[in-house]
Amino acid sequence: MSRSWAFASNYFIYSAMAVYTLAFLAHAVETAWAVKVPNDTTKTLDYKRTEKVARIATAMMVLGFILLFAGVITRGVSAGRVPWGNMYEFSITGALAFTGAYLGALRKYDLRWLGLLVSISVLLTIGTAVTVLYVPSAPLVPALKSPWLVIHVSTAIISGGVFLLANVIAAAYLYLDKMETKGERTAWAKRLPSLEVLDQLSYRLVAFVFPLWTFSVIAGAIWAESAWGRYWGWDPKETWAFITWVAYAAYLHARVTIGWRGRRAAWLCLFAGSTFLFNYVYVNIWGTGKHTYSGL
Amino acid sequence: MSQQTELPELDSVGVLRYAWRQLTSMRTALILLLLLGVASIPGSLAPQRTQNPIQVGQYFKDSPELARWMDRFYLFDVYGSPWFSAIYILLFISLIGCVLPRTIEHFHAARAFPPATPKNLSRMEHHSTWTANGTELDAARAWFKSKRFRVLEKDGSISAEKGFTRETGNLFFHLALILVLLGISFSSLFGMRGEAIINVGERFVNTPTSYDTLTYGKLYKDANLPAFMLTTDKFVAQYNLKTSAPEDYTLDVSLLREDSSVVEEKVIKVNSPLTIGSTRIYLQANGYSPVVTVRDSKGDVAFQGPVPFLPQDLNLRSIGAIKVPDAVPQIGFVGSFVPTYVRDANGGGALSAFPKALDPRLLLAAWAGDLGLDSGVPQSVYRIDTSKMLQVGLKSLKPGEVFEYPGGSITFEGYLQWVNLNFVADPGKKFALLGGIVAILGLLASLFTRRRRIWIRVESQVEVAGLAKNGAPGLDVEMEQFVRMLKGEK
Repeated sequence: MSRSWAFASNYFIYSAMAVYTLAFLAHAVETAWAVKVPNDTTKTLDYKRTEKVARIATAMMVLGFILLFAGVITRGVSAGRVPWGNMYEFSITGALAFTGAYLGALRKYDLRWLGLLVSISVLLTIGTAVTVLYVPSAPLVPALKSPWLVIHVSTAIISGGVFLLANVIAAAYLYLDKMETKGERTAWAKRLPSLEVLDQLSYRLVAFVFPLWTFSVIAGAIWAESAWGRYWGWDPKETWAFITWVAYAAYLHARVTIGWRGRRAAWLCLFAGSTFLFNYVYVNIWGTGKHTYSGL
Repeated sequence: MSQQTELPELDSVGVLRYAWRQLTSMRTALILLLLLGVASIPGSLAPQRTQNPIQVGQYFKDSPELARWMDRFYLFDVYGSPWFSAIYILLFISLIGCVLPRTIEHFHAARAFPPATPKNLSRMEHHSTWTANGTELDAARAWFKSKRFRVLEKDGSISAEKGFTRETGNLFFHLALILVLLGISFSSLFGMRGEAIINVGERFVNTPTSYDTLTYGKLYKDANLPAFMLTTDKFVAQYNLKTSAPEDYTLDVSLLREDSSVVEEKVIKVNSPLTIGSTRIYLQANGYSPVVTVRDSKGDVAFQGPVPFLPQDLNLRSIGAIKVPDAVPQIGFVGSFVPTYVRDANGGGALSAFPKALDPRLLLAAWAGDLGLDSGVPQSVYRIDTSKMLQVGLKSLKPGEVFEYPGGSITFEGYLQWVNLNFVADPGKKFALLGGIVAILGLLASLFTRRRRIWIRVESQVEVAGLAKNGAPGLDVEMEQFVRMLKGEK
């Protein structure tokens, strides 16, 4: 029974990868088409032809999200628990959260230009998960058997997805900013939002998710108290979660209190986001400490 | 908070004031905050004494010169080091210096009336004007009241303000962080933390000598240890048959408290510690203790009992040492215990195939000579310094078997399981938790509240305007609603 669920999960994950590949190709065609438009800067560009491809791309992203969602759920069913027990499962859920953050933000902001980056990073994440990180579905070790697993890990994954989206936008800001200081944006970049919008957007994403990250760290502390006998022990994972928290706190202060905008804020945002990534990659794979039962 | 500092001749008070202003400036706070993040990095790269003393020891063994230098900079005790403490203490002083004046200021501002309606509203954002019909002021008053604006009415105009929760939340967030730090300090003064390895079936009496390691907070005394006795009755470990990964640990204990004659049956699991008053008891590790009897050449018992061995891998291959200092010459056994024996195909040694004791073996190397216990250098109970000893025999034993070596014999009677229990009193943690909860609520309030002013003046014309006091969006929608309400549209 659990084996067939695990197989179903794998099929969903593979299908999601195929669909994300299509989404990526569609976004690539969309972008390439925009480049081909004659570089006549005085006229507005005609996007009617790319519009159709772009819609297909977004539809594929939604379909990929649904398939990935099904893959994550069936993975959980196959193990009889929430699917957050090892790094393979963190990665597929993280990819799901990242796509979810993108699609959620897409409803409110015109973010379709990000699709190319989102689809390729999701593809790479799932690809790494499937090829390098895959472990057979299995029950949890005793320390992970707690309701806090659901609360702590889900909030951490969602926070991570949104932090990374904010990071991608901050990186786009810096890239376009460089382009604009040199002269004008090249044709394909013209349909991207203004620097001001990007600046605001990455700030809003961080401000929105910072309380959630704080909650995730506190939930982890409560869990650590009941599992390990101390709520804070400077375990490498805890230390880096703290560093990420401090870095984003500094980012929010820099913006709200000192009034940092633009380039400096974007760099600080990138720095904070990279501490999160470092925590995920380095501490899980090469780190020591109590968070290293991730099945890898 | 002020950044501007005039520079007259500085007397000592002036210097102090200058230093205080610098320390409590936002820029300094921000630098300290970032510095705190950077300062925590080394502790995640170098092993820390509080978490991994064995690895620290390894550093000293592998490259003593480097380790000594690292130790000089407290790189093995980063989070208790003077420089780390200096950063966070300065940060919190800066925080207090920033937050306290703002709290007082906010307290006054929250009770004051909003400033009067400015003369020229048309300069403000969201300005609109239309012909009055006379009811607008009453409608506006009712609307402001229902939305709980604070208002000042004067000469046919209302000035209304809302969103003080933003600053309130902000202040609560920062005050809550101070509460977290106080909680941590409280525990470091009045807390206790101890560890004991107990063979299943044995009892633990809560006195300082029962512990393997025991550390007190600075103001914790022996007398503060609650009196109780704990007997470990039964320990069950369940493992995954395919992966050997543990799936469940359950420890049954009998508890006898002070002033009580009733023995309570309790269960301790990994995620559910046992709570006795302010002390919590955590199940942290487990392993096997081979039970042996050592006899001398005359057949007299020189040592008898279980000896805890230290697990080395997922299948609980364990190593340990049996020391018999009373024998002449002294005898020591370097041992390895495997719960489910398989031959190591490569080396011919013993491996364990499963963590449960399905086919246990005890592999022993017997050494005779000087155990070095009187040298004054603290020794690991799991290892023997064999530099002044001579190996006299080597044997693999099944339960019940005897190993005879020149000068005596050792019988492998069987095994017990042991559990490692952590005993923790952490009286400050409830303050830290309260601080954490208040911090999140404060954060939500401060990030998602809009502070704004809305004005209305009614003469022959109605004039309204609004002003957002911070960047959060939403005032345009609110002003639209306000205007529609005033005009009587739905």
